[in-house]
Amino acid sequence: MIEHHLDDDMLLHYSAGTLAEGWSVAVATHLALCPLCRANLAMLENVGGYFLESEDAGEDDVTASWQSLRAKIEAGEIEKVVPIKKHTAANNIYPEPLRSYIERAGGLRWRRLGRGAAQMIIPTDDNTTTVRLLKIPAGQPVPEHSHDGSELTLVLDGSFSDEVSTFARGDVEMADGDLMHQPRASAGKDCICIAVTDAPLRFKSRFVRWLQPLLGI
Amino acid sequence: MNMQLPLRSGLRRGNCAKAVAWRTPGLERKVGALGEEKQNLDAARINSLMSAVGKSRDIDSFEILYRHFCPRVRSYMVRLTRGNRILAEELTQETMMRVWNKAALFDSSKAQASTWIFAIARNQMIDAARKGAHPEFDINDPAFVPDEMEAADVKIQRQQNAQELHNAMLTLKQKYVEVLRMSFFDGLTHTMIAEKLNLPLGTVKSRIRLACEKLRMAIQDDAK
Repeated sequence: MIEHHLDDDMLLHYSAGTLAEGWSVAVATHLALCPLCRANLAMLENVGGYFLESEDAGEDDVTASWQSLRAKIEAGEIEKVVPIKKHTAANNIYPEPLRSYIERAGGLRWRRLGRGAAQMIIPTDDNTTTVRLLKIPAGQPVPEHSHDGSELTLVLDGSFSDEVSTFARGDVEMADGDLMHQPRASAGKDCICIAVTDAPLRFKSRFVRWLQPLLGI
Repeated sequence: MNMQLPLRSGLRRGNCAKAVAWRTPGLERKVGALGEEKQNLDAARINSLMSAVGKSRDIDSFEILYRHFCPRVRSYMVRLTRGNRILAEELTQETMMRVWNKAALFDSSKAQASTWIFAIARNQMIDAARKGAHPEFDINDPAFVPDEMEAADVKIQRQQNAQELHNAMLTLKQKYVEVLRMSFFDGLTHTMIAEKLNLPLGTVKSRIRLACEKLRMAIQDDAK
């Protein structure tokens, strides 16, 4: 049961189309797992529909543009079938759209971060964010850090706990500069998350900070 | 962030902000001249026209939909392209083409046509505005967690009801409508909204949260 959901604020921008791609990957992946947030999204998209419907129709004549579109339809220039994506039985840890992003990157490739932790950068066209998968070994901590910007973490497998709460599959944690936290993966299972950041993390330990460029975090 | 709209549209918008066809579906159709009739289709009629297009590729039904939605989509596009009428027209035509192409995928039990067309227009805009697409979940994905249709989810269904939402929007205070409108129809991020309204970012975020909370509450009251 998912306990930590998406902010209305983030969902609103996702539904309005103003949320950068990096955040949107994590938001859409959470939505795949969370009927409650999908209901909230449906409400917000209805707000979009409401604004579209209440938009001033004006007095512009659409006859000319209609005739040109009609001609295209009748000439068969417009394809009639929209292909639906086929899914093969896949690793269910990674829901769509995340799975397609991983596939486009050439499949899962973990890079070691030390102490058993590993990451994979997920390429996007969005240069305002970094999207990465993180794997933290069961029972191990992530080095204590805070953020210059914001960080969204979505758990995909296992769970982790920090000063705020415990987060399991589907749970979202939003963190910003005010939060210094030390997430620790729960015992028994490695924790896999998708993490989106818009600025480098700020580690408490000078040693880890020194290593950051080498670790690519 | 000024929008280069012709004065006419700017003036008309103020008057028309509340003139929404949803409040008393069907009634507005009797009002006004013949041309008006086409512009004030009610939701049920729109859904049945969409089905006719989806199931039997009925081009006459599509023409009625086109005449209703094309000017609205255009107006949305003009605003989001900051008054670039040529680009706006191109995006509008592409949106309406997609509506024709994808009509068979429209499911009136799941969404209202205006919402569905809004989403197509929005995605068209995102495609044009940036390289990255709009990542979306996929209900056919084996990892997708479907809705559970139990008693507890009745509330969720209510939230998905477009008609109740449209009623709730009409009761919402102007300051809440404003932040929602700026997100959807001016394409502004919360940071840009904060700048434009000269408010702290935190205030904008909490206003958005309150707006959503009030809508959820209004929908639930409405359903009682």
